[in-house]
Amino acid sequence: MTAHTAPPRAPGTGPAAGRPAPARPARRRRRSLLPYALVAPAGVMEVLVHIVPMLLGVWIAFLGLTQLNIARWVQAPFVGLRNFATGLDPSGPIGSQLYAALGRTALFTVIVVALSWSLGMLGAVLLTSRFKGRGVLRTLFLVPYALPSYVGTIAWAFMFNQRDGVINRILVDDLGVLDHRPFWLLGGNAFWVTVVVTAWQFWPFAFLMLLAALQNIPDSVYEAAAIDGASLWRQFTRITLPMVRPANAVLLLILSLWIFNQFNVPYVLFGPASPPEATLVSPLIYQQSFNNWNFGVGGAMSVLLLCVLLLASVLYVRLVLPQGRSVDD
Amino acid sequence: MKTTTRWAAALAATTLTAAGAAGCSGGAAGDSAGGRTITYWASNQGTSISQDEEVLGESIQRFTEETGIEVELEVIPWTDLYNRILTAISSGEGPDVLNIGNTWAVTLQSSGAFLPWEGEALEAIGGEDRFVASSWATGGAAGQAPTSVPLYGLAYSMYYNTAMFEAAGITEPPATWDEFLEAAETLTQDTDGDGQIDQWGVGLAGSSYTNNVHQAFIRGLQNGGSLYDEDGEPTFTDPGVVAGVNQWVQLMGSEGVVSPSNAELTSGTEMVEDFAQGNTAMFFDQAPSKTLAARGMEDYAAAPVPMMTADATGLEGTQSHVAGINVSVLESSDDQEAAIDFVAHLTSDEEQRFLNARFTALPVVTAAYDDPAFEGEETRLKQDILANHAQPMPLFPTEGQMETLVGTAIKDLFGRIAQGQTVTEDDVRAALEAAQSQMGAIS
Repeated sequence: MTAHTAPPRAPGTGPAAGRPAPARPARRRRRSLLPYALVAPAGVMEVLVHIVPMLLGVWIAFLGLTQLNIARWVQAPFVGLRNFATGLDPSGPIGSQLYAALGRTALFTVIVVALSWSLGMLGAVLLTSRFKGRGVLRTLFLVPYALPSYVGTIAWAFMFNQRDGVINRILVDDLGVLDHRPFWLLGGNAFWVTVVVTAWQFWPFAFLMLLAALQNIPDSVYEAAAIDGASLWRQFTRITLPMVRPANAVLLLILSLWIFNQFNVPYVLFGPASPPEATLVSPLIYQQSFNNWNFGVGGAMSVLLLCVLLLASVLYVRLVLPQGRSVDD
Repeated sequence: MKTTTRWAAALAATTLTAAGAAGCSGGAAGDSAGGRTITYWASNQGTSISQDEEVLGESIQRFTEETGIEVELEVIPWTDLYNRILTAISSGEGPDVLNIGNTWAVTLQSSGAFLPWEGEALEAIGGEDRFVASSWATGGAAGQAPTSVPLYGLAYSMYYNTAMFEAAGITEPPATWDEFLEAAETLTQDTDGDGQIDQWGVGLAGSSYTNNVHQAFIRGLQNGGSLYDEDGEPTFTDPGVVAGVNQWVQLMGSEGVVSPSNAELTSGTEMVEDFAQGNTAMFFDQAPSKTLAARGMEDYAAAPVPMMTADATGLEGTQSHVAGINVSVLESSDDQEAAIDFVAHLTSDEEQRFLNARFTALPVVTAAYDDPAFEGEETRLKQDILANHAQPMPLFPTEGQMETLVGTAIKDLFGRIAQGQTVTEDDVRAALEAAQSQMGAIS
């Protein structure tokens, strides 16, 4: 799967670039096909891996797809908007769960993005200055991101276990902060555990992106500001933040989309069904599709999710990104 | 020449991409060096996946020696099996032979993706008369050719720590629910005097939806209720079902004989582990003996699951569902003949003796019972339960959804109790009602 991700070489950068063009037009035409031929495999893979499944997902939302016809799903009956009526009806048993989950996921996204960004920025600012051991710290900070998501989350699940987990051992047995062992993976606490584990997993990405952006800021700007008597905080708000703004804009968009769609962390922490107080949208869609074998309703929910994220992304790109580009230019 | 080189590079890149894509798609097992190969997905029956691989590996070796057909084995944990089957059905890219929990048989049958056992296929496994009748009946919906055949027979019974019973002066295992509660209360103790209970009367896996739904079924029937009416319509709020589920969750709630930490146990294995470590005195399970033996635990015995009255019969005398594992062949198999041969091998008298002895389950063919391995007290008890005190789980196509919805509703009730909330019978009814309303939304 790595083959198609290699960036195709841009036309004109090949070894023949800059040579006088051959006289024969047919040869030129053939040559001009080359870039397309090189890009074609990646294009085909993009269609197969992203576009086709997405369209299929939208199509499923209009089918009455259950276990009765899953083996011959191409022949599943077309039911129009019925899945949307069932799955998105706020007063229905399934729709009410969906809207609660949407609100919860929005809150979850805001908190996790804020946490990941703040930690990432703090780490990046600290590690931009030169000191001994900086390389070791940079590597260490990337560990949560480099670790397979499942491995890290399973370790957290063990740590948050009520009876034998290390969190309760420290809080209750060692420090005595609490006098009873709380349940972290049940009820309202489960939401906060999901926040912590997801932020832990994503902040190194924010750190990496921001570190790269910070390194593009010339030291001379800070030196000039220091001579003018600007405090560190003022340097941060007046120089650092504006200078990393293009990177920031992209980073926040990507983080928000990833975190809004978060599935791995709740699935590994709680199994197929999350506690009701901590159910996010993606796990809910999974629950409807695969636990209850209601693929049509799952599909309808996915389409809604796609629309919400698409709308948010378009608004964001229009409102925030153009300014970023102008700075870039 | 340069152009030729570039075209060659483009071709190479395309080929590499295609090869990469082929590498990702995996695909079913092909022929190995001209021989026939089938794939088999087995469920986790042993103490670990590796024990399953070891036991089944021996059986497969005998099959390959006999027929020359190679079998690629994959043992799949219970948490993943249902989804893997579903993916296999929808993609048509699955194994040739696979194990299923027998309660899913009708739901999976309705997908039409499984080979019906009739005609030549049925003859190849020796006909249905070889099989234990109650186990055979779990293979599919009544009146249709079954799409799965029994492989391992199981039944719930109550396991109790004999040393703890003796220490507490309890001479007989409880036969009625009231006696059970009384014993559980006596056995729930603070043994080291630190003010904390460290020995609990009962252990259960509160986060395991399957364990929960089995008890909803059994306790519901004991209380005169039923999860479905005769037409296959769900009736989760039937007073008997509500009473039964309430009895189950109040073990942790008002009775206080189950540790709240059990609300987090996701699998039966953890529950057995607790029992082996002396944290609990009693639990209900199907085949924990192999795990207990592996832990060196000897002070235990099995007894029937308590009933509302000691002499209850019929539906109210239910102590277990007709539990077990069945084996199916997918219609999409490239080599159905080899797949059927393999099922015939697994259900042959000799392999039934071997496999069920190793997995401490019950043979599903009557001829296998002449083996001394199945003359023990526990086996006889289970046989009696299956013959006289077991009912098949509802044989309706929505059974699969019912299991997850009811089981998850009970899991959430345990979650609330563990966090200190009081759950009343009305809360139980409301939770079951919410589960049923979701069934209604499933077309």
